[in-house]
Amino acid sequence: MKEMIRVEKLNKSFGDLHVLKDIDLTVNEKDVLCLIGASGSGKSTLLRCLNFLEIKDDGVIIFEGDQIEPKTHNLNEVRQKVGMVFQHFNLFPHKTVLENVTEAPLMVKKTNKATAVKEGKALLEKVGLGDKYHVYPSKLSGGQKQRVAIARALAMKPDIMLFDEPTSALDPELVGEVLETMKDLAKEGMTMIIVTHEMGFAKEVADYTIYMHEGRIVERGESKAFFEHPKEERTKEFLSKVL
Amino acid sequence: MIVGSVFDFGTFISELMRTYPFFIKAAIITIQLTIASILIGTVIGIIFALLKLSPVRLFRMIANGYITIIRGTPLIVQIFALFYGFSQIIMLSAFWSAALALAVHNSAYIAEIFRGAIQSIDKGQTEAGRSLGMSEGVTMRRIIMPQALRRAVPPLGNQFIIGLKDSSLAAFVAVDELFRTAQGIAAGTLNTMETYIIVALYYLLLVMVFTVIVNEVEKRMAKSEK
Ligand SMILES: Nc1ncnc2c1ncn2[C@@H]1O[C@H](COP(=O)(O)OP(=O)(O)O)[C@@H](O)[C@H]1O
Ligand SMILES: [Mg+2]
Repeated sequence: MKEMIRVEKLNKSFGDLHVLKDIDLTVNEKDVLCLIGASGSGKSTLLRCLNFLEIKDDGVIIFEGDQIEPKTHNLNEVRQKVGMVFQHFNLFPHKTVLENVTEAPLMVKKTNKATAVKEGKALLEKVGLGDKYHVYPSKLSGGQKQRVAIARALAMKPDIMLFDEPTSALDPELVGEVLETMKDLAKEGMTMIIVTHEMGFAKEVADYTIYMHEGRIVERGESKAFFEHPKEERTKEFLSKVL
Repeated sequence: MIVGSVFDFGTFISELMRTYPFFIKAAIITIQLTIASILIGTVIGIIFALLKLSPVRLFRMIANGYITIIRGTPLIVQIFALFYGFSQIIMLSAFWSAALALAVHNSAYIAEIFRGAIQSIDKGQTEAGRSLGMSEGVTMRRIIMPQALRRAVPPLGNQFIIGLKDSSLAAFVAVDELFRTAQGIAAGTLNTMETYIIVALYYLLLVMVFTVIVNEVEKRMAKSEK
């Protein structure tokens, strides 16, 4: 098992608010990891620290063997390898679906246009949007938007994908199509960290599930065991509320 | 004083027919003055908008100072300062010193328009760009600016119309635009009221044409997102 990300004693505060407390976390290649916990427990902040949208206060983040420090590393290069999918999609409204997907390869990787378009179309095909290349995002349903966002992140050929509540903003009937797409990705061996409230999905798809509470990791376990025999009282309490 | 002679419709019509060659020439200069000052003003305005949004405090202070001074002083003073002041140092024609003064004046307002438009774009857009590995510059240029520009079109259109009307102040540094042409004709014929109503109509016409163009641009931009 090759290690992809290791986090040691990660701490992060916003002003007086200590949001992440001594987080230790290891993610190996091809791991699918679900992060659960109440709202405000620091799940998003943890994900955002992993792709440096937030900068940690202290602790260590090792990505593919490199200890990444904002001072010594080009974070733009690191972020190319860490795809991110947001709760509210954040598609580029002034660009078509295909342009959304090709923008970063063209502008960041300087991929030639023909290649970027070919790869972009293949990705859109894969997420089931092969008939929407030239449509603007405003014309899509939430589920379609989120699948475009997934394709957009994949277009940079990341080594790991971070999902921050990818289905929380969706109408219930559209959740399934996005979870399906993520399940396919997991099957292909993509390394993934997913913040989610979809416990069924976590249990079925994730190799590991982590429960966070007030900025700490309370429990981590293989998903099946985690949901069937949680060890910590806090975890039991949380699961009894959400299941 | 003969009140009845303030406005005479017959004179108005005959002056309208007689003076249009002069006014059309002058209108072209007004249009050139407006377009030059707006283009330059937009470039300066975008630069100051970005300075004002910069994380570097010094840049923000410079932008704030600039905007405060420009917005806090009369346009006519700025035009005179540039014409009688700077044109001593660098050779500037009346046209270009007026165009520059108008550009600088407009730029302070345009800077605020762009600052507001840029700030109104959802933070998630920046985060999406950065999370894909785009640099700050690429994100600004490719993701934020195009959206901000769209949002800025209505207030920019408004500012352009103000700029068009403000260009009449260039008359005071002897640019032969619409207003100065009207002054010349009125002084010559003494048909004061008729002449100024005629020139007012030219301005009104230009403003209406401008408005149609701005509305058209707005519609096109809205369409491309649908
Ligand atoms: N940029 C920020 N500035 C200040 N406080 C923040 C910021 N981002 C998050 N927080 C706070 O940090 C805490 C954890 O937030 P978050 O990581 O979003 O939790 P979760 O994703 O688990 O709901 C919350 O109390 C939230 O209000
Ligand atoms: Mg969150």
